[in-house]
Amino acid sequence: MLPIIQHPAAAKEFVNDPNRSRWHDQALWFVRSKRDKQAASLPEWEYLRETASGIKTHTIANLSHYLQEFERNATARGAIVHWARDAEHHNEIVLRILQDHKTHRIVKSKSMLTEECGLNHYLEDNGIDVVDTDLGERIVQLRGETPSHIVLPAIHIKKEEVGDTFHTHLGTDEGASDPKYLAEAARGHLRDKFLAGEIGITGVNFAIAETGGLVVCTNEGNADLGTSLPRVHIACMGIEKLLPRQRDLGVFTRLLARSATGQPITSYTSHFNGPRDENSELHIVLVDNGRSRLRESETFRAAMHCIRCGACMNTCPVYRRSGGHSYRATVPGPIGSVLSPTRDQNSYKSLPYACSLCGSCSDVCPVKIPLHHQLLAWRGELVGKKLLPVSKRLAMRFASYLFRFPALFRMVGKVGRFTLRVLPRWATHHRLNTWTIARELPEAPKETFRDWHRRHRDH
Amino acid sequence: MTVALFVPCYIDQLYPDVAIATLELLERLGVDVAYPDGQTCCGQPMANTGCEADTAPVARRLVDLFADFEAVVCPSGSCVSMVRNHYGAYFDADDARFQHVTSKTYELCEYLHDVVAVTHLDVKFPHRVSLHQSCHGLRELRLGQSSESMTPRENKVRKLLNLVEGIEWVEPDRPDDCCGFGGTFAVNEADVSAEMGRARIADHCGKGSEVLASADMSCLMHLQGLIRREKNPIQVMHVAQILSGRPLGAT
Repeated sequence: MLPIIQHPAAAKEFVNDPNRSRWHDQALWFVRSKRDKQAASLPEWEYLRETASGIKTHTIANLSHYLQEFERNATARGAIVHWARDAEHHNEIVLRILQDHKTHRIVKSKSMLTEECGLNHYLEDNGIDVVDTDLGERIVQLRGETPSHIVLPAIHIKKEEVGDTFHTHLGTDEGASDPKYLAEAARGHLRDKFLAGEIGITGVNFAIAETGGLVVCTNEGNADLGTSLPRVHIACMGIEKLLPRQRDLGVFTRLLARSATGQPITSYTSHFNGPRDENSELHIVLVDNGRSRLRESETFRAAMHCIRCGACMNTCPVYRRSGGHSYRATVPGPIGSVLSPTRDQNSYKSLPYACSLCGSCSDVCPVKIPLHHQLLAWRGELVGKKLLPVSKRLAMRFASYLFRFPALFRMVGKVGRFTLRVLPRWATHHRLNTWTIARELPEAPKETFRDWHRRHRDH
Repeated sequence: MTVALFVPCYIDQLYPDVAIATLELLERLGVDVAYPDGQTCCGQPMANTGCEADTAPVARRLVDLFADFEAVVCPSGSCVSMVRNHYGAYFDADDARFQHVTSKTYELCEYLHDVVAVTHLDVKFPHRVSLHQSCHGLRELRLGQSSESMTPRENKVRKLLNLVEGIEWVEPDRPDDCCGFGGTFAVNEADVSAEMGRARIADHCGKGSEVLASADMSCLMHLQGLIRREKNPIQVMHVAQILSGRPLGAT
């Protein structure tokens, strides 16, 4: 088993490189500021959030009903619906479809679900050439990395580094960093891949039970290219992506683009209602992979509202400083820190603590997931399962005693303040005292408020 | 008609003047204030770590101590949010003493704005001031409108400070980004925490602020630690100190 790396250790290198950390912070803050302008331009913004949250609560509560309705309607339109209980099952289904068509080359539009399932590696191990066609995702794929953000997969990479990557893999000029030049090179490279692709795989942003149709939102049009040329389209979706009716969709598309990138609308909102003609196939893979278990949890069920807009990441002050890879999870940031421990509590036990509980994620969330309250609830779960380090556990037990017995509290306080005043600086400010690595300790006063109050107010 | 003053543990021990200023301010406004002896902490450090069993007895002590007062006033948004929004986990929903304390515990500015309805303060503070809005005050107590939320709310802290003569407001670029304190977060995630704090200080300093004012001393403790280490030309002050007429640099 891989060693579990705690978030503070995984974040260290990124955050302690001030150039990178500050540039990353500013890039994401720019996106959040655009989101603020767009949200403020709609007088009904809070009403939309409330409506979206209500629709999701209803859909998740009646999920099996809507899934069956979706399957019925999608099948009636000629799509082939598959059910996958977990990641492995999903990958097997996809591979089988590819093998049935004797395909060795696929083009894929960005899909966090296939990332979650580890599809790329699985297919490559089975001799399939996989090309991610989203520009950001293609960049991380060429570098052998994973996306660090669910909407902006290469947000952690500077344009100079993209230039180096393209020079190595696409033969662009050495030292080139002009975004226009690099994008043009990627365009040419991907155009060839699109033409050579035999099957297109896409994610799904929304699936509509009433119609059996699905909707894919991209800014680069890559999902459309990837599905228009090949005759087979495989759409992979988590079972929570469902909406009951066509008329619910507008609520979500208005929220999604504004929350994700601060655009009024995503550039391409493509609707797929069955295969495009009698010579084509549309396969829809409905994936559970732990979602039913999440649905059973009263505390964390609302996390299934998530429409993967990434707004919580853009606003999260911890994410902005530490970078997406520090979470070591497919979905990073606040929502990832809620979702990841539902899969594996031990591996992801430090994520609910990678949060200052500022609550900005909950206020920015377009579907009103109480993210920071869920992260706090996770901490209670982890302590209950004895997954908090013993040192921290004991420190809190000691604090509890201290606060239960005022005389003890006062005595410890007195000793502490005295020590802080008389000890030389080297004895209080050293690397073992984590507070003082970057900060000074407060100056200790001689008198507490209680002492002052006894002298001045008690008679 | 007596209100209890709740002085958070770290203010009692490290920043007594913030509590003295709070008491003097309330008294000057004609509020009858008692300071119940034996108070310690609201239990937030344990609760935020997830140690619920260690929090429960501390929460019950606090309710016992304050249940017989008309109201509880505390100069910390974070501690008040703990009592108001998180104590439910440690009591029966119909426990009358819990109900009373949880619904009658006020953050200082909230109490002055909503209950006392202060409209006049004979105080001067002729300095360039910027406001550090603590996350819990803003997003859990709704003392103002957070920049993410599109629900307009008037800012109670700012409205009170506007009664002080001579304040020249300085506006940071990011009005309510977290300072990175976060209780035990400041120690568990020390690197990220410090970087978050440095960013806040740079924002306020860069706009020419002389005084970083906040209704939460815990954020200021963290920021002051960074300011002193990096020798930044800015001071921190609790809002209670400014409202009660303390001169520049009282903290």
